[in-house]
Amino acid sequence: MAVNTKQSGRSEDELWGRESRMRHFRERAIKAVFAACAYISVLTTFGIVFVLLFETINFFREVSIVDFLTATTWSAAFVNPQFGIIVLIGGTLLTTAIALAVALPVGLLAAIYLSEYASPRLRRWLKPALEVLAGVPTIVYGYFALTFVTPLLQNTIFPSLTIFNALSAGLVMGVMIIPTIASVSEDAIYAVPRSLREGGYALGATKREVATRIVVPAALSGIVAATVLGISRAIGETMIVAVAAGNQAQLTANPLESVQTMTAFIVQVASGDTPTGSLTYNTIFAVGATLFVMTLILNVISHLFVRRFREAY
Amino acid sequence: MAREIATQNAQKGGPEQGPVFKRSTSARHALDWVFIVLLFIATMIGLVVLAVLLVDIAVDGVPRLSWKFLTSFPSVIPENSGIYPALLGSVWLLGLTALISVPLGVGAAVYLEEYAPDSWLTRLIEVNISNLAGVPSIIYGLLGLGIFVNLLPSVTGGESILSGALTLSLLILPIIIIATREALRTVPDAVREGGYALGATRWEVIRSHLLPMALPGALTGTILALSRAIGEAAPLIVVGAATYITFAPTGPQSNYSALPILIYSWISQPQPGFQTAAAAGIVVLMIVLLLTNSVAICLRNKHQRRV
Repeated sequence: MAVNTKQSGRSEDELWGRESRMRHFRERAIKAVFAACAYISVLTTFGIVFVLLFETINFFREVSIVDFLTATTWSAAFVNPQFGIIVLIGGTLLTTAIALAVALPVGLLAAIYLSEYASPRLRRWLKPALEVLAGVPTIVYGYFALTFVTPLLQNTIFPSLTIFNALSAGLVMGVMIIPTIASVSEDAIYAVPRSLREGGYALGATKREVATRIVVPAALSGIVAATVLGISRAIGETMIVAVAAGNQAQLTANPLESVQTMTAFIVQVASGDTPTGSLTYNTIFAVGATLFVMTLILNVISHLFVRRFREAY
Repeated sequence: MAREIATQNAQKGGPEQGPVFKRSTSARHALDWVFIVLLFIATMIGLVVLAVLLVDIAVDGVPRLSWKFLTSFPSVIPENSGIYPALLGSVWLLGLTALISVPLGVGAAVYLEEYAPDSWLTRLIEVNISNLAGVPSIIYGLLGLGIFVNLLPSVTGGESILSGALTLSLLILPIIIIATREALRTVPDAVREGGYALGATRWEVIRSHLLPMALPGALTGTILALSRAIGEAAPLIVVGAATYITFAPTGPQSNYSALPILIYSWISQPQPGFQTAAAAGIVVLMIVLLLTNSVAICLRNKHQRRV
């Protein structure tokens, strides 16, 4: 219709004859430009894999891969460096476990409340409010963990807590991933068909019994997907642990101590002056590759579980 | 519940002897109340923490805010430190990131939603985009360091604003694509068919009808993505944003700092004066985020009324 008003002054021949060849050419050019935009995402993935692989191979020219996977000390910055990635993975898993201990119960219960109990009006108000938690920059959470949560824990429960510790970083990280777990679980719980709930009520079950014994089991694959996604977020989270967990690479299961995660190590090296091509420079790519593989596996698992609950109903 | 009753009945040999139905209903309903309270507390925990966080930062930071804080350079003396170059760096980053990521993201979304054939290649792109959305931001930093900073310094200027903006663009591209696709999907097919019936080509339909109708949804998603880019610190540290800088950025190839980076560097200082400065920086960052998000909401409401 835009065509007609623009070209109303021209003869009919021009409108339908010559013009159509031009239009055809223009259409193909535009389609090619849009397609190129879409292929940039594929290029990005290739870029990530290429960069990580290239520098990681350089790293393994100097450090044995067996040492990397089995050594139990990490001292990249010292004269006689040791590269036991287990130490950084241990630090990462410790903070992740603490975060999950907060986010899983809180997120799941919030999802049940939003889906089963909250009135539509309250739900419309509560959901975006919870989403705000995911929008706060992580550096802000880092500041909060270091200057509020740690002193609070020191003054109340753990007087012996060090300034930098895995506990407060993990707790705050847990709050950050509540919306991730809550919103994916809520989608799954919401998708459980009404007939299952009504079947439960017909058998005399109360609302709580229906929610905990029928709806939650029926939505289990979605809840697992949410949990795995939350773990993946926690493993990749950087600024909270870089600020509040300290940078002491040690293998410990004690949350009151300082640990270094994979992400925090990358930040520590990147904020200093590291010459390109040096061993320390290559190290951050080897650590990054490990992190990338871990989150990729978790994301794929989460994706598979999401597909399962979508197909079920 | 149902299965449990059934198996218990089967064991005891009939519904008459089943103990399940004798359980007191008032006890079960009391438990229901406890459960509701528990659920409500869980829902509120996140919001309470959010409120405490905001109050804590406001108490620490607001007294330190002043016009001088916004217009002076960082200094070794905490009381003289300001955020001017970092604030300017963040504005530069935001502008360039928007210029790069919005056309690319909208273009990719239009292709996938309106043009792409249903082939394995298209599905590969889709899976790829949803995977990219889950890659940790620090990995994008390593990508930017390897490609933009070290491989293409002649184009980007090395550790420059442009490298930072390109890295952030790739980071938020999946979010923009997903939001725009969802917005395009809400436009009914009747609009497309009506356009074709009048002799319009695919592009003419997209330009005159689909994009304007998808605008509110796409805009909201895009601005949310950009506000995520403003708050990102990790990838920028990796691609070489400076923590301490004493000049304002002059162009896309200039060295730079950004608000989250400066805040991070202040938090890492031992003097309490810098912690206060960091809190004040956070207040500014949160105000910037609040402003961008309100712009998103306003634009969406305005366009929704028109369509």
